[in-house]
Amino acid sequence: MKEELIVSGRMNPGIDPYLHIWHWQIPLYLFLGGLAAGILFFTALYYILGKEKELPTAVKWANFIAPAALVIGLFALFLDLKHKLFFWQLYTTIRLSSPMSWGAWTLMLITPLAFIWSASYLRELVPKWDWKLKILYDFEALVIKYRKPLAWAIIFLSIILGIYTGILLSAFNARPLWNTSLLGPLFLTSGLSTGAAVIMWMSKDHAERALFSKIDLILITAELFFIIHLFMGFLASTQVQINAAELFLGGEFTVTFWVFVIILGLVFPGILEILELRGYKVPVAVPAILILFGGLMFRFIMVEAGQITRYLY
Amino acid sequence: MRYAMAIDTKKCVGCGDCVVACQTENNVPIGYCRDWVVENVAGTYPQLEVEIRSERCNHCENSPCVRCCPTGASHIVEGGVVLVEHNKCIGCGACIESCPYDARYSHPDGYVDKCTFCLHRVQKGQDPACVSVCPTNCMYFGDLDNPNSDVSKMLATRKYKVLAPEAGTNPQIYYLT
Repeated sequence: MKEELIVSGRMNPGIDPYLHIWHWQIPLYLFLGGLAAGILFFTALYYILGKEKELPTAVKWANFIAPAALVIGLFALFLDLKHKLFFWQLYTTIRLSSPMSWGAWTLMLITPLAFIWSASYLRELVPKWDWKLKILYDFEALVIKYRKPLAWAIIFLSIILGIYTGILLSAFNARPLWNTSLLGPLFLTSGLSTGAAVIMWMSKDHAERALFSKIDLILITAELFFIIHLFMGFLASTQVQINAAELFLGGEFTVTFWVFVIILGLVFPGILEILELRGYKVPVAVPAILILFGGLMFRFIMVEAGQITRYLY
Repeated sequence: MRYAMAIDTKKCVGCGDCVVACQTENNVPIGYCRDWVVENVAGTYPQLEVEIRSERCNHCENSPCVRCCPTGASHIVEGGVVLVEHNKCIGCGACIESCPYDARYSHPDGYVDKCTFCLHRVQKGQDPACVSVCPTNCMYFGDLDNPNSDVSKMLATRKYKVLAPEAGTNPQIYYLT
């Protein structure tokens, strides 16, 4: 038996009785950042592959979600800051050892690029749109002319953004649940999967929908594979990581994780997508919403549970 | 120069004087503390062992809080002391998440706060507030590079441990056992 008590009565808000300094803002941002990364990745990828005509939703329309998601996500991050008026200090330095620092810089680059990319398609979406100023028309022409290098920049930054949402957590070795390098690829896959789900949901074209349904199935399989590896790694690791895994294998997050993330968020929408590809009539919104919901729940659970796990001494 | 602290767990009675001295010296807001006392009971009745420890920031040599700070507000100064520059801190909480000892907290004014080893006192040649008030004299502070400092002498003659060495932080608070 081992019992440890803080006899001097430390009750620092946010720290005791268990760490809960990060609330809903961080998981919401991780979700929206991953979603934006996913959408922008497919947008840029299929533009580079020259599929603008075959896959209009992926290249032209879905990307309007990305800047909105990024702005809401950034606002959530801002709300999380406790010394808000000093937020600009993020942009006075680049600290490579801090994922939050290069994540902030990535967002600084990809957010305007997402806006510019979407703006260049705005007049196709809203034919009556008038930019009013000639300089804006000139700028639009310039962007359209250089869409290809822009797409390369977006694809590169979107992968960094997607991985960053996981690395942000895995850099903290004090929280054993987060401290695994698998979190980067896992969050990237999950982000790409939510992005593919949105494109699938928005698409009106049957072939495009089927393509993103297939992509999503591959990503769901990869995600399940990563999650199994995550737990295998934890269970073969040190006591603190075994304890972290046990939160999901009989502990307090067992039901929320397996029901909402694994079954409702991954397996069930995966089955629905298979049925749809086989020709059964499934409303496309159902698997798409379930995948988005699963991705959001996954991030909430990881952030919440990770803060409970700690070193024992 | 490498400042460190040695705390004798055989002499500590857990009175909490170090906690109050720190709160008074450093104007710690009410309801918060930079140091605290832990009572650790191990074993099965009737073979029980109690260890009382006064804990605080470990001023780690490989400090995860400094590593993950996105603005450089958390930094290391002379003697390896880890400090937070209030006007650079954005209150993101990354350092709080990264500390295996939960030694940091979010100050009501927004920035992150923690033990400073009472650097303002140390620079005047005084001991940190917690060390100076300890009624059992169980805490020793000094420079590890100086073999004649209180802390070096204690570590040379006594057995000691650090907290969570497996976290790889190389902490600089030594517990004499």
